[in-house]
Parts: sequence; C-alpha cells; structure tokens
Amino acid sequence: MINKTVEISNWSLVLSFAMVVISLLISYQQKLGLEKETIISVVRAIVQLIIVAYILRFVFRVDDFWLTSAMMAIILWNASRNGEKRADGVPHSLRTTFVALLLGGGVTLAILVFSGAIKPVPWQLVPITGMVMNTAMIAIDLVYRSLDQMFVDQQEQVFERLALGADPKLATGDIIKNAVKFGMQPTIDSIKTLGLVSLPGTMSGLIMAGVEPVLAIKYQIMVTFMILSSTALSSVYAAYATYRKYFNKNWLLELPSPK
Amino acid sequence: MLLEVKNLSVDPILAGINLTVNQDDWLTITGPSGGGKSTLLRALARLQDGVRGQIDLAGKSASDYDLSTYRQQVSYAVQSASLFGHTVRNNLDLPFQVRQVPVNLDRQLELLEKVDLPSDYLDKPITDLSGGQRQRVGLLRNLVFPPQVLLLDEITTGLDAQTKEVVWRLVKMSQTDHHLAIISVTHDSQEIAAANRLLTVKEGHLDD
Repeated sequence: MINKTVEISNWSLVLSFAMVVISLLISYQQKLGLEKETIISVVRAIVQLIIVAYILRFVFRVDDFWLTSAMMAIILWNASRNGEKRADGVPHSLRTTFVALLLGGGVTLAILVFSGAIKPVPWQLVPITGMVMNTAMIAIDLVYRSLDQMFVDQQEQVFERLALGADPKLATGDIIKNAVKFGMQPTIDSIKTLGLVSLPGTMSGLIMAGVEPVLAIKYQIMVTFMILSSTALSSVYAAYATYRKYFNKNWLLELPSPK
Repeated sequence: MLLEVKNLSVDPILAGINLTVNQDDWLTITGPSGGGKSTLLRALARLQDGVRGQIDLAGKSASDYDLSTYRQQVSYAVQSASLFGHTVRNNLDLPFQVRQVPVNLDRQLELLEKVDLPSDYLDKPITDLSGGQRQRVGLLRNLVFPPQVLLLDEITTGLDAQTKEVVWRLVKMSQTDHHLAIISVTHDSQEIAAANRLLTVKEGHLDD
C-alpha cells in the first residue's frame, strides 16, 4: 500500500520535465543567462540521485557499521568541500569547515543516538547525517560571507581599535557575534513558519508514505531540534576559528582579495 | 631620548628616515599629499606592514614591547575618526578594556568636559554626532590614558575654527600635564606657521 501511494510512473517523470523547460524559457526570455547552469545542475542532480539511490539501497541492505560510517564520512567530506568552495577568496581553510561540521553534526547525532531518538541503523543514520550536514553547511557559508562583508565594511573601526592597542579579538568587536547570528537566523526563521508555510521534508515524506501525521510530527520536531543545535555549534565554531585569519602577525587587518 | 628612529623604510613609500623626539617635544610634519606622512606615523605606531629599520622607545627596541603595550604608549590618532560601536561610551570604554581595568566614569566625563561636550553625550549614538564632535571623541580615546608619544594625523582637517581651537587646547593641556611627545602631521598653514620644529616629508624623505 505504501509503495503505491508514493509511486511515480516514468511517464509522469518525463512529463514533469516540462517544469524545467518553464524555468529555461524564463531564463531565456528575461536574459538571465542561467540556461547553461540550469541544464548542468539538473543533469548533475539526476546522475547524483540515481547513483545515491543505488548506493543507499546497498548500504541499507548490507547494514554494516563500517560501511555506514564510511557513508557518513563521505557526506561530511562533500559538505566540507562544498562549504570551502562557496567561500570565494576567503581565508577559511577546508579544515575549519570540516571541524565545524564534524562538531555541529557529531554532537547532534550523538545526542540523538544516545537519547534513543534514532536508532544506530543505516536507514536512519545516513539520511539524518545528510540533513544535519546540509543545514550546518548553509549556516557556515553564511557565517563566512558575513565575516567577509563586515570586515570590509568595518575596516576603519577595526583599525581604530587596533591603534588604541586592542588585540585582534577585541578589535573584532561585534563582528563575531553578528556573524553567528547571520548563520543561525535563516534556521530560526524557517522554524517560525513550520507548519504554517512549509510542511517540511521529513514530515511530508512520512505522511505521503502513509504514516500517521501525529507520528510524522514527532520526527519533524526531532529534526527541528537537531538542525538548531547543529547550526548553532557549527556557526559558533566557524566564526571563532576564522576571525583571527583576517589579521596578520603584526595585528593588522589583512582582507582577502576577491578571486 | 624618548623615541629614536634610525634608517626607517617602508617600500616603496619611505626611505632612510632618521628622527629623534624627546618628552615635551612638539614636532610638526608637513609635505605634499601622498608623500608618505601618514605612512610614517603609522610606521612609528607599529600600524604599518613592511617596515624596516630601527625604532627605539625609551631606550628599548620597539619590537621588544608587546604590540598592545607599544600602541598604548605610542598612540596614533586617526584622520577623520569614524568611531566604533554604537555610542560615545563604547569608544571611551575601549582604552579600559584594552588595559583590562574597570571603566572610570569620572575620567570619561572629565575628558568630555575638556572638549566642550556635555556629560549626556556619553550615551549619544555615534551616528548623531557631527564631524567635529566625532573627531573630538576620537582624540579623547587616545588620551584616556595619556601615552608617552602622541601621533596626530591631520586631526583638524575639515574642522571649523572653533572646534580646531578646542582640539588644540586639549592637546596642549595634555602635553603640559603629562609631558607628551607630540608628532603632528598637518597641511594647515596656521599650524605650520606656529610650529617650533618643522619637518617636511617629500617623496619618501624627511627634510629639515
């Protein structure tokens, strides 16, 4: 019964490609220049998803501790690489992003497993790792962008503090705090409208698969808690580990030149 | 000798600068724009990268001081201070935070009074201040704890005659009270005329 509800025929999938065509037409007509990027990203998504579907089926069937761990490590690695790539010309190493994700995701997953909210089985661990890493990655990205922006906008103020003898931490002022806030804000905003505007992925998926809404909502509440803690931890770590890199050994601001 | 500079260079802006300053000295530096005056002051305050040569403060090499202590003692007042934080108080608190000592409210109010700003200005948002008020608050930050050397980078540029008067009165008073050595960079003809020791920075060199 469950499979019937969520089944999509190949024919409907092909027809739904019309939606991609709509976005291509808009891009063409409005001269947005997004056609190439749209096609590439759609093809990439299709290929990635097909591969992942087979890998997931394999991992779930084998149900091996090491294989599951490897799968989670791959997600962590991909998220770190992506986080690094998005930060154009910014002094954040891959390592900072990696540690921030590991911290945010690791602590959150550990709490979930030890509290018994999720079972340490691949079909729970792997998708939840994906969700945690994704939100944390977006938060870290926002932290980096806002640090960049604020250090550029406030370079005079930072310089004036340094001139008065402030060390880099003191000279940074409110920048760290605001960067963390920027990182967490979208998560908090999206939580505010949960159920009002968005019926989020986990919950919708479970309901569509025929699970009782009351049960589905329990999962959603758990997911909400989970993304809150992972974005908070990752944002704080990323901001504190990165601000110092905007200063050189002479305690002077060294702004990255955009690539 | 309080501050002694030997063969100071900043590629490609300054070369072979020699300079000595004593307590109670007032040195005026002038010269064409882009000649390296600000760079010289920043180099003296250790606020400049790529500085070569020797700077001694009170008989000790500048590099033997930790950066914070040195910058507290050789205090650089910026041209057109932009001020930081939200209020005047944030700016006058920083020197206390730098030294990790409790904020002395009386000292802050005393300083505000010296530059003709009423005490309720302490909680005034910096966005409500005029250019002249900003510049005065900017300079007060350097004087909350009087330094040994005060470096003034065209601090009265763009100020009206009355505000200039207030600023110079404060600087002179601080020098008399605390025996500061002052190095002032300026374009102002009156200040140049009043200088008792005048140097010119031109194309990266210092001339008497």
